[in-house]
Amino acid sequence: MSTGILGVPGLGAPADTEWETVVGLEVHAELATETKLFSASPNRFGGEPNTHIDPVSLGLPGSLPVLNQKAVELAVRVGLALDCRIQRSVFARKNYFYPDMPKDFQISQYDEPINTDGWLELPSGKRIGIERAHLEEDTGKTVHIGGGGRIHEAGYSLVDYNRAGVPLIEIVSRPELRSASEARQYVAELRAILVAVGASDGKMEEGSLRVDCNVSVRPRGSDRLGARCEIKNVNSLRSLGRAIEYEARRQIDLLSSGQPVEQQTRHWNEDDGRTHALRSKEQDYDYRYFPEPDLLPLDPSAKWVEQIRRGLPALPRDRRLRLAEAAPSVDAGHIALAVECSLDELALAAMSGGAVPERVLTHVVHNLAGGPGQLAAEALADLVQMEEAGELTATQAKKVLAVLVDEGGTPRQAARELGFEAMDAGELEALVDGLIAENPDEWSRWCGGEAKLAGFFVGRAMKATGGRADGKAVTLLLNARRSCESGSA
Amino acid sequence: MTAVEPMTAVEIAAAVKSGRRSARSVVDDHLSAIEAGEAEVHAFNLVAAEQARTRAGQIDAAVAAGIDPGPLAGVPVALKDNLCTRGLATTCSSRILDGWIPPYDATVVERLHDAGAVFVGKTNMDEFAMGSSTENSAFGPTRNPCDPSRVPGGSSGGSAAAVAAGFAPVALGTDTGGSIRQPAALCGVVGVKPTYGLVSRYGLVAFASSLDQIGPFAATVADAAAVLDAISGPDGRDSTSIAAPQPPVSDTLDDGVDGLRIGVLAELSGDGIAPDVASGLRAAVGALESAGARVARASVPAAAYGLSAYYLIAPAEASSNLARYDGVRYGLRVDAQSTPEMNTATRSAGFGEEVKRRIMIGTYALSAGYYDAYYGKAQKVRTLIIDDFASVWEEFDLLVSPTSPTTAFSLGERTADPMAMYMSDVCTVPVNLTGQAAVSVPYGVGEDGLPVGVQILAPALGEPVMFRAAAVLEASL
Repeated sequence: MSTGILGVPGLGAPADTEWETVVGLEVHAELATETKLFSASPNRFGGEPNTHIDPVSLGLPGSLPVLNQKAVELAVRVGLALDCRIQRSVFARKNYFYPDMPKDFQISQYDEPINTDGWLELPSGKRIGIERAHLEEDTGKTVHIGGGGRIHEAGYSLVDYNRAGVPLIEIVSRPELRSASEARQYVAELRAILVAVGASDGKMEEGSLRVDCNVSVRPRGSDRLGARCEIKNVNSLRSLGRAIEYEARRQIDLLSSGQPVEQQTRHWNEDDGRTHALRSKEQDYDYRYFPEPDLLPLDPSAKWVEQIRRGLPALPRDRRLRLAEAAPSVDAGHIALAVECSLDELALAAMSGGAVPERVLTHVVHNLAGGPGQLAAEALADLVQMEEAGELTATQAKKVLAVLVDEGGTPRQAARELGFEAMDAGELEALVDGLIAENPDEWSRWCGGEAKLAGFFVGRAMKATGGRADGKAVTLLLNARRSCESGSA
Repeated sequence: MTAVEPMTAVEIAAAVKSGRRSARSVVDDHLSAIEAGEAEVHAFNLVAAEQARTRAGQIDAAVAAGIDPGPLAGVPVALKDNLCTRGLATTCSSRILDGWIPPYDATVVERLHDAGAVFVGKTNMDEFAMGSSTENSAFGPTRNPCDPSRVPGGSSGGSAAAVAAGFAPVALGTDTGGSIRQPAALCGVVGVKPTYGLVSRYGLVAFASSLDQIGPFAATVADAAAVLDAISGPDGRDSTSIAAPQPPVSDTLDDGVDGLRIGVLAELSGDGIAPDVASGLRAAVGALESAGARVARASVPAAAYGLSAYYLIAPAEASSNLARYDGVRYGLRVDAQSTPEMNTATRSAGFGEEVKRRIMIGTYALSAGYYDAYYGKAQKVRTLIIDDFASVWEEFDLLVSPTSPTTAFSLGERTADPMAMYMSDVCTVPVNLTGQAAVSVPYGVGEDGLPVGVQILAPALGEPVMFRAAAVLEASL
């Protein structure tokens, strides 16, 4: 039995030409505040269970919430970065029973969120509408003991309230994403924005960025939305892509065989690569939202919002534009990657020192994955210039760069210490002449048009010099000798 | 029934500060009165005798060392059992909080402590403050010290009874729909419902957050003023606390009512008011006129709908506030096979009938498809009442009405009929819906010899003027 790329027998990619996938995402990001949304307990990942708590975050009788202004500021930063309208907002109680929720209601925002009607631009230039980005508190965490950690077979459960009350911003996109790939780009871009404005650390692996996706399909060309399924438990960009592809395929298969798609909440299982039904629309909670009477409406002044706007750093999109302008011939993917890795400033600085943009970006994208370390922009610029001048081969440059990242310093000094003194022109000429003399047969065949034999000579030159010879320089010399011979014949 | 020499809180504080009385002897006297009368009255869920004696000793030591212990030096205070006290059980007269001991003090408790007060105990109440007779307590009813066959009113019946019985000169209660004023009227003491936000709610176990307010009970208007001054003021731990400090009401108590425009609230003074209560109100109006106030009929048409709106908004908020009593973290837990079953078993066993009734009403009022018709409409009515009062305040400085339609009723008389019980609050709920201030002042007795209370209503933050009128009524008796 063959296994398709989704890990599911018989299923291929859902690139069905008759169907269109429609995706809307709800992203929850933990805001990078010192304290919780409504109390002075620390907002910190990990820690001994139930140590980052106080009467308010435990929802003890008589406790009252007091809004953390820093969380509001971060929410406004996100709203501005997503070009949202920042408006007067009202906190609301979302009521449902769950042991990891201390008050058995969550303080969230409902019909009057702080940020509405924004957009996010994918690296492709396509704009995705943002419906809202609102503030709410996080829940605690339940651990099921026994029965393999599954709730129904567990012997008992323990609750850790360290996370209860941590500030979240929930960013809801419009259903304008059209593929798993776009969804991944959207989340990557959103994460970059959240990190850039200092709102969140964006760590999916620590749960500080969580994604629920709403997936539906419809006949291509239709403008009506199909019944959607909400998918939970998507914990990485990779799972996001896989879950959407699986779910779209599942829905297409249902519709193609004449069966309806039931509106459901579904759970993504990483191990079997499938989504599983959690509950139907009818089983959905009635959250009985109503305005939170313990908090006043939130009405950020226009002056304060403007002050925050002026303090915003350059956003990834602007940084990409700037880098692309400075390096017009460089591939957009490399530009995006440089910005995503926050290496754009370094690249721009190196270019302003006169280094060739293509080569700078090549190093940035391929050789600085672990970060720039001790590498100074000036050193990167010098390194690229040495390469251009033929003083270092590409292989050597890479090794020099590694030293600069680890230890800093100048490329000239590092090259010297590595023994990468470039061969002088006379030495290389003598070497090439020697190789021609030793291999007359290969030489005449190459002169006769057997182009691949250039590699033979370059290889011999490398071997003879222990890699010091510059392959390009060897080829140039070979060409020069051939034209001399044909000229004298 | 009391052996305590009837000293007011103001007198006690002056005597303790000057060294004429020790705080210890004051507390001992009150503890003796409790010992003598508590078996009949049942005002307390907990009497903190040892803690009170220790605290009184500290006050005396401070006085001896030349340190001023504060404006309530050595004054015994009874606290309603829904105010959190660190290290002292806080039950809300409910089984569901079995064994829970708060790790913190309510702001009002801190402030009274800082003012030199001595806490003598936690008083009985209707469970979670839901009721008008203190019969809805898991620990049995409180009886009215004026006539033990009668209820003390509620929900703060224990605090009202404690003051009426001389167990403490002052007490704190909470008022969500009349829970301070109505028992004050039925027990013949002064009871104040301050402007919403004047007193911090931090540490008050919530019933209906947008309506709850803490206030004092006292035998005299001056004592009520002294306690209110000690507990009011901004608090960063309550977001609904009014940020601007207000002038102390004690400073202007004796300024009289000459020239004040006082309205008799027509909608709360006609139908359904017992004749003896109505005549008490007429006598009070006469006294205010004699003191120079200009009295006229005032109308707040929407106030007639107050009770209906109240009995949707309060249960709606309560259904959410009381969700946390789920057996997971504290209080009662009745074990079961799964967490949801444990939640249900715990709540079924832990809550009394009236609390369950209101949780169900509130849950229904907020449910999808019913929200607009019930909770949403009630909020609109609330806005109408606020608007109606706003226009009345253009013509009047204060309003008066009866506090309760009747004098104290008998135990068991209204327990079988929730609607009859809810009608006890008809005069008091509009003030909670608007957030305004009101006070109940005892004014004579009815045909049954039981106390009649007169309610004085003031606009938001109108406490100083309201207390002036209360003092005039008190002096005219």
